[in-house]
Amino acid sequence: MAEPLLSVQNLHKRFEETAILKGVSLAVEEGDLVSVIGPSGCGKSTFLRCLNFLEIPDAGRISIAGVTIDCQGLEDAPPKDIQSRAHELRQRVGMVFQQFNLFPHRTILENTMMAPMVVRGVAREEAASMGKRLLEKVGLGGAFADRYPAQMSGGQQQRAAIARALAMNPKVMLYDEPTSALDPELVDEVLKVMKDLDAEGMTQIVVTHEMRFARDASDYIVFMEGGHIVEISDEDEIFTHPKDERTRQFLRRFL
Amino acid sequence: MKRLLLVFMIFWPVLLRADEPLLRWGADANSNAPYAFYGPNDKLTGFEYEIITAVAREMGRKPQFVQNDWDGLIPGLGRGLYDCVICGIEITPDKAGEVLFSNPYYVTFEQLVVRKGTPPITSLDELRGKQIGTLDQTAALAMLEKTPGVQAKTYDQEFTAYLDVANGRIFGVLLDYPIAKFYAAPNPNLQFTGPPFGQIAYGIAIKKGNTALQQEINAALARLVASGEMRDILSRWGLWTPLVAGALGQPEQPSVPDTEYKAFVAANAEEASLGTRLIRYAGYWKMLLQAALLTLEVSIVGMTLAIGVGFTLALMRVFGPWPLRWLATLYIEIIRGTPLLIQLYIIFFGLPSLGIKLSPFVAGVLGLGLNYAAYEAENYRAGLMAVPRGQMEAARALGMTRRQGLFHVIMPQSFRLVLPPVTNDFISLLKDSSLVSMVTLLDLTGAYNRIASQTFDYFGTGLLIAAIYLLIGLPFVRLARFTEERLAVDQRKPGQKPGLFTLPKLRK
Repeated sequence: MAEPLLSVQNLHKRFEETAILKGVSLAVEEGDLVSVIGPSGCGKSTFLRCLNFLEIPDAGRISIAGVTIDCQGLEDAPPKDIQSRAHELRQRVGMVFQQFNLFPHRTILENTMMAPMVVRGVAREEAASMGKRLLEKVGLGGAFADRYPAQMSGGQQQRAAIARALAMNPKVMLYDEPTSALDPELVDEVLKVMKDLDAEGMTQIVVTHEMRFARDASDYIVFMEGGHIVEISDEDEIFTHPKDERTRQFLRRFL
Repeated sequence: MKRLLLVFMIFWPVLLRADEPLLRWGADANSNAPYAFYGPNDKLTGFEYEIITAVAREMGRKPQFVQNDWDGLIPGLGRGLYDCVICGIEITPDKAGEVLFSNPYYVTFEQLVVRKGTPPITSLDELRGKQIGTLDQTAALAMLEKTPGVQAKTYDQEFTAYLDVANGRIFGVLLDYPIAKFYAAPNPNLQFTGPPFGQIAYGIAIKKGNTALQQEINAALARLVASGEMRDILSRWGLWTPLVAGALGQPEQPSVPDTEYKAFVAANAEEASLGTRLIRYAGYWKMLLQAALLTLEVSIVGMTLAIGVGFTLALMRVFGPWPLRWLATLYIEIIRGTPLLIQLYIIFFGLPSLGIKLSPFVAGVLGLGLNYAAYEAENYRAGLMAVPRGQMEAARALGMTRRQGLFHVIMPQSFRLVLPPVTNDFISLLKDSSLVSMVTLLDLTGAYNRIASQTFDYFGTGLLIAAIYLLIGLPFVRLARFTEERLAVDQRKPGQKPGLFTLPKLRK
């Protein structure tokens, strides 16, 4: 079996006195779509944010697409070395936020162009044509490109945010509750984009409350609670025959 | 380029000095008849002006006038702004400790002036319990302070002191005879009273230690007295008295008629109608234009400095490690907590004692800029912190460094947020720039003093200058409003774009 595209070993993270992650390990193969579910405060968002070092883990080892960072003994200020490794790692990871976090002072086309131009030094024309292609891919072709984020619906904004992340050509896409801030009727258009990406073979990790999506689209589901991964299951199995009592308890509310 | 020219203009006296021997003399020519003042045609005149011009000629030097506020005249000497001061400065033991004095060029006394119809006063002791006006740092003030029970009130300008007597606000004014003769004698509501009080002698003040210049000036003065030119000058100005004749060893009778005095009285006797006032103001257009440009120049350069330093301070406070954060906070607290005027004084009059001499323009701009930087820093800090945290996270998740995120994502967004308070500060700075007239620059406020002291029209001149300040500020307000609208992309419908001259539509 090939080396997994993403592997996490024994990840720990605490804020002040509260331990959020207490030894999380996970391996994700290329092309997988993994849903991470669990009750609020279980550490699933922190786990996701640690994957691209928006939070610096206290301990553990993260390896993504050939970049490995060992976080042993980083309780104090992280050394410059870690920051530059993290910077390298982020280039391979795209991230989509619950609140979209589009840049409001730029059109959505400019939103997709900024990072390639600033970080990679891509020429403006090239960045623009790539941005247009990606916006088209998420269903925002044509006149949409020149809209400002505030002039669009939440679903459109989140799709634009996905296009923006894709512009950096990531190996893995991370989604932090991508549909939680959306009106119910706008959820599907975003989920459809993620399904399309899955069909193209993109590796994706989604922290979500959309059980239906988790069940329909995931290759497998990770259930977290209390800073641990409690159960990793096939998407049907976890809903029909949860192995762990805590999973059963959590899912009861949704079924 | 223009700024360079201005800086050059400020330094040119220094540059010229190398070529031609100059006699740079300092005085406060605002409200200063009959000493050295601006006449109706905005040309310098006055008996001291004539004396110093003649002295310079005798010395083989070219006279050059340097304006300074009365309070700053002696400090300016130490600062090297000019070689000597001639401004009715009385030779007193106190002052003799600070500066060198030439031999007296004029000797006179203090004259008490009261309202018409007041019973005669024969001694200062009769003034017990009364308010008497005078000027600051004068022998008259020292005399009043030594008289028990007299409430001395100091004025900036002799004209306003006499005005208060005429209006009944104070009982009388004790001032040097030449001042009384020019400002009070022609006024039908005022009258001279009492004997001559005290005796004072005016000397030219020279920087301490410069005895060579002192001797040169004394020699020149002696030649003017001997040739009779001194007597001519003082006679023309109506100031040739037996007292001064005795002191200089000359005949008591004036040598020529008092034409200058008569001309001064005649010029100020006519009650100005609105029309003649407007014509008179129009005559000042060149001075007003230059003053307005200087005000604008000082404000723009000062604001640029404030924005640069302020932004650096804000970055230090928001993103810096703790020592930088601490330093920035300290700077902001100290600057915000002390008056701008004191800061200007320290920069202009204080720094030279540490060997740092700045031109008035540089000192003014530096004072305003460094002061406003503290306020700007807080604006920018607020602006930077008002951008949601998620913006920097998104930038970093996209692979940008902190610096790139700051530059491309955070700063452009905070720019719009801070534009209104920064515009506000600029307007405020434009008005605070009036303080630079304290460091000898002739800005709009300096022009106000100059014009008001020539026309005695404090109300009209005040309105005129206020209107110019307002006019200068308005375009900036409009421009900032326009920029703000342009940047408000996140609040606009597709395709909508504001123009520079369309009024902003209010969003609900």
